[in-house]
Amino acid sequence: MAKNWPLARRKENLQQRACLLRQIREFFVGNGYVEVETPHRIPSPAPESHIDAVPSGTWFLHTSPELCMKRMMAAGYEKIFQVCRCWRERERGSLHLPEFTLLEWYRAGGDYRSLMEECEGFIQSMARSIGLEQKIVFRGREIDLSGPWERMSVHEAFHDYTQTSVTEALERDLFDEIMVRDIEPRLGLEKPMFIYDYPAQRGALARLKRQDQSVAERFELYVGGLELANGFSELVDASEQRKRFQVENENRQSLGKRIYSMPGKFLAELDEMPPAAGIALGVDRLVMVFLNAETIDEVVAFTPEEL
Amino acid sequence: MYTASDLRKGLKVILDGEPYIVTSFDFSKPGKGQALYRTKLRNMITGLTIDRTYREGDTFEPASLEERAMQFLYKEGDHYHFMDNENYEQIIISEGSLGDAKNFLIENLNVEVLMFGDRPIGVELPNFVNLRVTKTEPWVRGDTSKADFKPATLETGYVLRVPPFIEEGELITIDTRTGEFSKRVKE
Repeated sequence: MAKNWPLARRKENLQQRACLLRQIREFFVGNGYVEVETPHRIPSPAPESHIDAVPSGTWFLHTSPELCMKRMMAAGYEKIFQVCRCWRERERGSLHLPEFTLLEWYRAGGDYRSLMEECEGFIQSMARSIGLEQKIVFRGREIDLSGPWERMSVHEAFHDYTQTSVTEALERDLFDEIMVRDIEPRLGLEKPMFIYDYPAQRGALARLKRQDQSVAERFELYVGGLELANGFSELVDASEQRKRFQVENENRQSLGKRIYSMPGKFLAELDEMPPAAGIALGVDRLVMVFLNAETIDEVVAFTPEEL
Repeated sequence: MYTASDLRKGLKVILDGEPYIVTSFDFSKPGKGQALYRTKLRNMITGLTIDRTYREGDTFEPASLEERAMQFLYKEGDHYHFMDNENYEQIIISEGSLGDAKNFLIENLNVEVLMFGDRPIGVELPNFVNLRVTKTEPWVRGDTSKADFKPATLETGYVLRVPPFIEEGELITIDTRTGEFSKRVKE
């Protein structure tokens, strides 16, 4: 038995992970997407209230490839995907690593509804390609991956699972606590579930819904209570985006966090971006779901503590 | 002062004037939302456990408890007897106050007893202790089935997961901070 037996026993998981990575690439290439690589080290991360970048010299390690990929969309790339490492400061728990693997894809012409469908098809295809049945077991439950997956608005989720309305939760500043304690654990227990139409202030880079400006066209995918992906119809109005970033920076300041400089080139080019939808999916977590892993530690070669 | 991001299993803090120890901890962060630190804390005096969720900016007063070097003598019912290494005074700590530490106490083990004023309210163990396996299934050599782990019972009655090559009667090292198997001891 190897001296590093915790690593040795992950061998099968890591082989499956490698297989999944290959299948992800095949899926997107087969669907007409171009794989892109954008820099990991950037001068200005997107200002968002609760996402902190790891400094690297006077620059930062990216927290997601979103801004660079959208600049590519603005420059005329219509279907792109990327699988890359991302860094978020102080995020560590049984479902979080400060360095993790994200899959992002963007498609011109789509909106968040078409993206939900594409995401559903992608995950079903991935499950098949690594030899899983239509019903998988995760966190002690049998989860049926066959479509159509369940969809529920954030408003409905608060209504069905809590005593509090979304408005009340936001007013009392309890949205996150209620989400984590009362809602998330119930999402996607029988079939994967999309939760959509988040309060506008919870989608700094998402387009607002035309019929209801209080919500953003944003969704999250949950499987067995685990959040797997976040997607939205992209905001392509540069002056609106600049205002949103300013608000996010003000929030950061009031929380005593570092303020990020405005990503100027991104804002300058954003008006040229076509209507589009984009999504970020946690690859480590997808592996967890497929392999029925309890913690994110089981699906990576090394955790920070093991280095 | 500690902040929420310092929270980890075993951290001792003062809440409402009483000492608490963090017994379980997890980090959660709903999409685009704030970091939330979900904890279970045990009141080190009453032994009662509470659930609390904290935010990143929350701060805590550390529970600075006096530590006295003592030796574990024996257990009688749910009373654990210790002796002060300096003045040979004997004290009793109840099983409830010991928490997980009870799983790793073997006779003559040197520990630090935590004092809240005059009251002994818990013990600090060495990070690693050696304990004997009293029960586990035998290992079938060459069995390459998926069993990465098997359960084993230790002399204290504690059950944990060990690699399949560990045999009954063997001495193994446990990391008392996590309660997990660390290594096999050469005898």
